[in-house]
Amino acid sequence: MNTPLLEAKGLKVAYPVKGFRKPPVEIVHGVDFTIRRGETLGIVGESGSGKTTIGRAILGLAPISGGTLTYDGHDLASMNAQQRRKLSREIQVVFQDPYSSLNPSLTIGATLAEPLIVQGWDKAKATRRVLDLLDRVGLPKNAAQRLPREFSGGQRQRVAIARALAPGPRLIVCDEPVSALDLSTQATVMDLFIEIQRETGVAYLFVSHDLAVVRHISHRVGVVYAGDIVEQGRTGDVTVTPQHPYTQRLLLAAPIADPGLQAQRRTERRELRAAQEHLSATEASSASRPDAA
Amino acid sequence: MATEITSDVVTSALPASAEENEVRRNAFQRLLRDPQAVITGSIILVFIVLGLLANVIPAHGPNEVVLSATNAPPGTEGYPLGADATGRDILSRLLHSINTAMVAGIIGAGIALIIGMTLGLIGGYFDRFRTPVEWGATIIQTFPGLLLLIVLMPLTGGDYRWTMAIFGVLLTPGIYRIVRNQTVGVSRELYVDAARVSGVTDFRILGRHILSVVRGPVIVATTFLFGSAIGTQAGLAFLGVGSKEIPSFGSMISDGFRNLYIAPSQYIWPAVALGVLNGAFVLFGNALRDTFEGARPKAEKIEATAVVEGFAADDVADSGQLVQVRDLGIAYRSPGGHLNEVVRGVDLEIRMGETLGLVGESGSGKTQTAFGVLGVLPAEAIVTRGSVRLEGRELLGMSQADLNRLRGSSIAYIPQEPMANLDPVYTVGRQLVEGIMASTQVSKAAAKERALELLGRVGIPDPARTFGAYPHEISGGMAQRVLIAGAIAPKPKLLIADEPTTALDVTVQADILDLLRDLQAEMGMGIILVTHNFGVVADICDRLAVMQQGEIVESGTTVEVFANPQHSYTKMLLNSILDEETIRTDPPMAAAGAREGAR
Repeated sequence: MNTPLLEAKGLKVAYPVKGFRKPPVEIVHGVDFTIRRGETLGIVGESGSGKTTIGRAILGLAPISGGTLTYDGHDLASMNAQQRRKLSREIQVVFQDPYSSLNPSLTIGATLAEPLIVQGWDKAKATRRVLDLLDRVGLPKNAAQRLPREFSGGQRQRVAIARALAPGPRLIVCDEPVSALDLSTQATVMDLFIEIQRETGVAYLFVSHDLAVVRHISHRVGVVYAGDIVEQGRTGDVTVTPQHPYTQRLLLAAPIADPGLQAQRRTERRELRAAQEHLSATEASSASRPDAA
Repeated sequence: MATEITSDVVTSALPASAEENEVRRNAFQRLLRDPQAVITGSIILVFIVLGLLANVIPAHGPNEVVLSATNAPPGTEGYPLGADATGRDILSRLLHSINTAMVAGIIGAGIALIIGMTLGLIGGYFDRFRTPVEWGATIIQTFPGLLLLIVLMPLTGGDYRWTMAIFGVLLTPGIYRIVRNQTVGVSRELYVDAARVSGVTDFRILGRHILSVVRGPVIVATTFLFGSAIGTQAGLAFLGVGSKEIPSFGSMISDGFRNLYIAPSQYIWPAVALGVLNGAFVLFGNALRDTFEGARPKAEKIEATAVVEGFAADDVADSGQLVQVRDLGIAYRSPGGHLNEVVRGVDLEIRMGETLGLVGESGSGKTQTAFGVLGVLPAEAIVTRGSVRLEGRELLGMSQADLNRLRGSSIAYIPQEPMANLDPVYTVGRQLVEGIMASTQVSKAAAKERALELLGRVGIPDPARTFGAYPHEISGGMAQRVLIAGAIAPKPKLLIADEPTTALDVTVQADILDLLRDLQAEMGMGIILVTHNFGVVADICDRLAVMQQGEIVESGTTVEVFANPQHSYTKMLLNSILDEETIRTDPPMAAAGAREGAR
């Protein structure tokens, strides 16, 4: 029980650069994290921080250039395409954009059946499973015959969740799955995620830029900044009393939907920024002193 | 960019009618409604049928020489179109030439299609093959086509089919490039990633997800290549390259040409047939492209918003506010022709120095309302009713020139996607200077000085560097600051900000909101802020109006509405906000642990 489902140690991701003998660009600089069975690890960070790349590395969509990534005793970094394909039943994904994540020319039923058919399910069994899945994510049964464009963003995201659930995975990488949704839809889709986790015991790596979303769904949170995890721990600790200066800034930058409290937070944010700027200025001057000496 | 946002809003605001869905569903049915496709398609079909009947209709074989019929005029017994200089039936030769042309087209276009498609899919999908395949295609393209076909005559033995096969290889790069580019695009789609994660093999992804997208443009291109193969075969035959035994438009034109003064009609028949057939293929290809890819969108020009017939702005008493919107209605015409209102009778008021938040979910009409005030609705939009006044002046129905003047000086706009609103080709500074010169009529030097001053004012650390930078060299937050600098340059009275921080990181968002607040305090302008984020509203707005399905369901001061929302929709929205206190506390599934333990 205590061995984690997924464990990353010094995980690095680097993309090759086009051109002769150009060094690859490293996006993730060696991060450590674990995901236990049935647990949600929230990954929060800003655009370009590398949070999405961490998710893609787990999915086999980004090249791992260093460190280890162990899933249930298997090293994902050293796997070839065929071994990887076998694991696809275990690790699934829900992407951010509900529009481009569904093939516009395939019916919902065909999209949902695809992962099952490639795993060798027979057609009748797959069809039954598709109907169960639609029911599970709260879509009508006749959705199977319809095309993605007939559905709203929230409904499409439910389809994407159903697709991820189809093979019965133990880990789902959720890459900003509610960011493109309207406020009211966002809340119901989040509830669906939590409900499914309680029922099936699936673990989530939940990537988001929104601290409120991550706080709502995660058991533990890691904060990514410029390719490093600068702080991680229990959700309550990281998102309420953050230790790292970046997390503190992030927390105070998110506006509260309450005019009074927000005015207060604004003042706190300005004070924090002034304090941090002062600190970095003194650090810089103390760092430059030995040179001067 | 504005057009992109609005088209998005429009599609989500308009429920696709059944009729529209039907139109989109079937490309073939749409093709049948296009007269150009029907006419050219029919011509091609007629040619094919005539070709198939080449051994049935005429009384003579194509190479049957009857000396008595030499240069027989049209209408002669057994020779309806006459006979040529060697006494061969022109009709028979013409019909057999159709078959030659079709076979030439099938071989030429077919080989280009098969090889080009295969290489395109491989080169576009598998990164490691991209470079070698690209090299191969480039090398093929460097061959001088027609010359090569003539030089290779000894190899092909004069058989036009072999010649066309080689021609097909030479045409390959055309198909290859289309397929490759489409494939590269599609393989970046998230649904392809999702299929990979699901363990779908590359082969299946290519067949199922990529081929369906590539199909349309390839069919179009193949049609053009078909015409081009027919033309080339005829050209070679005209030059006398290839077997004299094979009847072909080219050789018939060549024969007729030599006989031009004795019997000019001998030259006319094959020339007309070739011209019509080739023209039909090109026009059919064009019609196919319009159907598959849609007619090319025209660059949108901003014009004064259209108003319904007999429109007169409501004559309302001036309330002395900065902006006064009464009963504004904006509609779009459905494919069926009737008007769908997406903004339905909106009332708004904004005072100087005040920020109004226009809040709602996607499709609520909030952006449409803002664009209506700005007078930059997309060309398809129609104002159906109401009145929009800026300092008492009616904007609806105002001439384009007057509106332009007003937009340059009194009304400014900040968009959602800062990057998309900067031209990547010009430096930031040049774009700013251009805007300042247009709105304030100052010299270039003065405009530059003002631009640098403004860049400093909006909190850009090194204005001179940013001034000389290209848009891709600055961050999204900086780009938004640049656009704000441009917007405030003419000291506008009204600033319309459409989700100005939605595309930005939260830390940057906080800074941009601070900046807007400071600028407002300094310049006293009114701001309409369109947003879906209640945190942003709480931070910066004095008053807010909540929109739902084109109507304002609730408005009031921010403090009031947050503390005591009246409308059920507002309450629902406020309840959906993930608050600060809710932290997930339930432990990871105990059941999962138990199950694992039991293993």
